[in-house]
Order: sequence, then structure tokens, then C-alpha cells
Amino acid sequence: MSKKRFRPSRGEVRESLISYLFISPWLLGFLVFVAGPMLFTLYSSFTNYDITSTFDWVGLRNYTRLFTDRLFLKSIYNTGYYTVFSVPLGIAVGVLAAVLVNLEIPGQKLFRTIFFLPRILTGLSVLLLWVWVFNPEQGVINSLLNVVGIHNTPLWLNDEHWSKPALIIMSAWTALGSVVIYLAGLQSVPRQLYEAASIDGATPVRQFLSVTIPLLSPTIFFKVITGINGALQSWVNAMVMTKGGPSDSTLFYGLYMYRIAFTDMRMGYAAAMAWIMLFITLIITGIQFWGSKRWVYYEGEGR
Amino acid sequence: MYNVARSPSALQTSARRRRTATTWFWKGIAVLVLSGISIFVLFPAVWMLSTSLKTNAQLFSGEVTWIPRPAMWSNYVKAWVSVDFTRYTLNTTLYAGSVVIGTLVSNSLVAYGFIRHKFWGREVLFAILLGTMMIPGMVTMIPQYILFSKLQWTGSYLPLVVPAFFGNAFYAFLLRQFFMGLPKDLFEAARIDGAGEMWIWYKVVLPLSKPALATVALFSFEGAWNDYVGPVIYLNDPNLYTLQIGLSMFRNTSDVTWQFVMAASVFIMLPVVILFAAFQRYFVEGAAVSGIKG
Repeated sequence: MSKKRFRPSRGEVRESLISYLFISPWLLGFLVFVAGPMLFTLYSSFTNYDITSTFDWVGLRNYTRLFTDRLFLKSIYNTGYYTVFSVPLGIAVGVLAAVLVNLEIPGQKLFRTIFFLPRILTGLSVLLLWVWVFNPEQGVINSLLNVVGIHNTPLWLNDEHWSKPALIIMSAWTALGSVVIYLAGLQSVPRQLYEAASIDGATPVRQFLSVTIPLLSPTIFFKVITGINGALQSWVNAMVMTKGGPSDSTLFYGLYMYRIAFTDMRMGYAAAMAWIMLFITLIITGIQFWGSKRWVYYEGEGR
Repeated sequence: MYNVARSPSALQTSARRRRTATTWFWKGIAVLVLSGISIFVLFPAVWMLSTSLKTNAQLFSGEVTWIPRPAMWSNYVKAWVSVDFTRYTLNTTLYAGSVVIGTLVSNSLVAYGFIRHKFWGREVLFAILLGTMMIPGMVTMIPQYILFSKLQWTGSYLPLVVPAFFGNAFYAFLLRQFFMGLPKDLFEAARIDGAGEMWIWYKVVLPLSKPALATVALFSFEGAWNDYVGPVIYLNDPNLYTLQIGLSMFRNTSDVTWQFVMAASVFIMLPVVILFAAFQRYFVEGAAVSGIKG
């Protein structure tokens, strides 16, 4: 490339200035509310900052101490467990429901509307609803289990072995709210492909595996990325529903960090946790983009 | 090969009939599976409505009753007055309304800035904008709290509302994708007519982008309406509490009156449900344009 110096005309400088004025809200917001504060916490993660009195350099002590912190390790385990089960389950249920709704079946509109429900029922209300649904004595799940003759019912959120599975069941319900998104992806699959496949004698299962999944893979990939990030960051559910218990079985990463920061006011320690989470997120996202070349199919790419 | 004797048309008909039969078999299975999933989706919602109409005795009877008799509609009134929901509704409406205005204005300006003209550093800045979508919210939560407490904004709505006026990576991206599809000739024609850039933004870009703007308004309203952690961190004056905090107060008492919790949940969720129903067309369009969020 030639190293010709870029000499903008006066008009272009003016145009660029106008563009910068238009994007200035975000630019300012990014510097003041994101980049600046994050650099500040990067620095404070090497200190014993507590907002009010102390702000002394402690080197890597926060980071090394975290890896001997039993609750920190437990929160990583809980978050990993939740992510590993909730994300694949949620995507599987969502894709299955969307593919079935997309067939020309009776009641298509009704099913579409029903699957929109988890998307629009949101907020604290839904979390409290599930606390009530999982209630060991009066909850609807255990009551129904009693009706069909199962009396040795789980205590769900009150049992350290059932608390995470209970939250994962709830996450599958929430994931069904994404059926609309998969349907939008499915609608772009040309009908002729299915016709051609069925004339070639491909069974519906075969069609699903060889036509639907490859053509839906960009949508699934997007859901995998956002789903994993969402699961790694989910903690408000535990904060509201279980307060991290019983026996810290639902102490998620974010909840532990929240407590360190806002209950103990150990901002330096919490800042170190925040930066570790940022690294984990970046590494996992990077691995997914790298791995996506093997399975995500973009039309017009030609294979 | 074996059907040489049969006419080609008869062969086709029987093959088609077989295909139709298998198709109906698979469709039957599909409806069965979908019905199962639908029951899973519906039962918590129906359980919520049913609980909200029960008496204490019905609640603890141990039987599964879906339609309570008598239906205690008075639970809704009692839930409304048991905490100061009138005030919280007002607070939350003002809060969500300000966030929606800030989000729409700032992000449509930013999105237009990114598409109107090539400028030095545009690609790098846009890449940064996309990158910030990957930053977990909990990473910025702590530094922002420190910033706002230094500014002495804690205890007010400022930390919750002001950032909305400074753009948001996701919404700016969504709007930018939509604006890219607008015919550029219209901007040029307006410029030749001597229109200023703000005029083009306000009179050309915004009116043509109603579906995308409606989607952004809907998402940001939902975000503010349902925000729980933000108000918990920043608000400490009971006069400023939001609906979500009001709802959480039911939980803090020793014995939870679930019929009131469910009744309050229904009326707190109602505005979001109505808005989604009203804007469903836009929402699906917006989701298809950006391919995102669900």
C-alpha cells in the first residue's frame, strides 16, 4: 500500500465533525460510564479499596486470595454447573418447539402465542411465581406429584441437591420465550429445500438434521453466545429466590461479587472478581467464534 | 423397476399418498409434543392467576384447585393497598418513561451519526461499540456505583436515568442496522433542498423508522419497568421505591401471603404484557432485522 498522506478537504472535516457530534452521546457515555470506571476498577483491584477509608496498593493479593477463597470456588462451580445444563437444555427445547410450530400443523397460531408467554412475563414477578410453584408443601409441582401418587417429593429450592436443578427447569421455561427468534430464522429457509429432500426420500428426522439445523445454525450460534453469557451472569434469580442457599448451593458468581461489594464494601476484592469474570467471558466468547467455523453455516459460503 | 406394468401416473399417486400418510403421522406427533410443551409453559401462568384468587384456606387445603370458588377478586384491592403501590406505580412510570425518552433520543442520534457519512475512525469506533455489548453488566456495575457515589447521586434516580441519555451499544446497533436499510437518496434530496442534519434526523430518519424505534422503546421500557438490582442499589428513600421493590417487600415478612404476591405480580406485569401484545408486529420485525434478543 502506498503511504499517501490522507488530506481531507475542508468539507470532509466539517462532515466528520457533524458525525462526531451525532455519536458524541455514546462516545461520552462509553468514556464516562464504561471505559473510565473499568480502568479505575482495574487499578483498584490491586488495592484494598473500600470507598471510604483505605486505598492502599496490595499488588496481586486480591487475585491470589480469591483462589483460596472457598466461597469463590464454590460460586465458580455453581455458575459452571448452571451454565453447562441450562444453556444446551434451553436451546434444545427452544429449537424443538420452533421447528414443530413451523410445520404446517393445526393450531399453529395458538402454539405461537403460548410460546410468546415466557418472553413477556418477566421481572421479579416471575421469580416469585417460581418460588411459589416450587413450594414444597403448597406448590403446584409437589401437589401434582402427590396426586399421581408420588409422596417422596423433593424440597426443590430448600434442598441443596435440588436447588440448581430447580433453577435449570425454570431457565428452560424462560428459554421457550426465544421460539419467536428461531421461527424468524426458520422462515428464511426456502421451502424448495424441504420439497427436494422429501422427493429424495429423506425422512423428517433426516430433513431436520441435514436441512433445518445447518440453515438455522447462525441463529443457534447467536443464542449459544448470548445464552452462555447470560447464564454466567445470572445471579438475580438466586438473589431473589434462594438468597444463595441452601448451604451456598446457589451462590452464583455475580451474587458473591454483589455481596463482597455491597454488603462487605470490599471494592478492591470485588473489582478483582469483576475483571476475572471479564476474562472468562472474553475467553469463552473467543473460543466460540473460533469453533463456530466448524459448524455454523452461512448461506452463499459454499461448501 | 418392479412397477413396469403400472402406469406412471398410478405410481406417482400411490407414492404421494404414502407421503401424505407419513406427513400426517409426523404432524400428529408434532402436535402431541407441542401440547406437552404448552402445558409446561402454561401451568405456572395459570397457577399464578388461580392463586391470586384464593383464600388462605384454599391455599393450604393441599388440593390442586385451578379455578377457585369463590374467586376472591378482593385480593387485588388488598394487595394494592397493603403497600403503597399507587406511589410506586407513579415512580416506576416516570422512571421507565424517562429511560425510554433518553434511549430513543440518544441512540437514534448515535445510529444516524454512524450511517450518515464516512468519517475518520468510524470502523474502529463501531467495532468498540460492538465490543462493549460483550462486557458483562456485572463488570460495570461496581465501577459505576463508585462513580455515582462519588458524584453523590446515590439515593436518587439520577444513576438509573442519566446513563440512558448517553447511548447503549445494543440499541444503537439495532437502530443503525435499520437505518442502513433506508434509501440514502432521501437524505441527499433533503440536503440539496438545504435541510440541516438535525432536520433530516427528525423529519426523514425518525418517521421512516417507527418499527425499529418501537422495538427499542419496548425493550427499554421493559428493562426499566423490571429493573430490580438498580433500584435496590441506588434508592434508599421509601418514597422513591419502584414496583419491583414494592413486590419484594411481600417477601420480607415472615409468613408470605402468596395470594397477594400473585395478585400484585399480575398487575405489575400487565403493562408490559399489553405493550408486547400491542407492538408484537413491530417487535417481530425488529427482531428479524437485528436477529437479536429474546
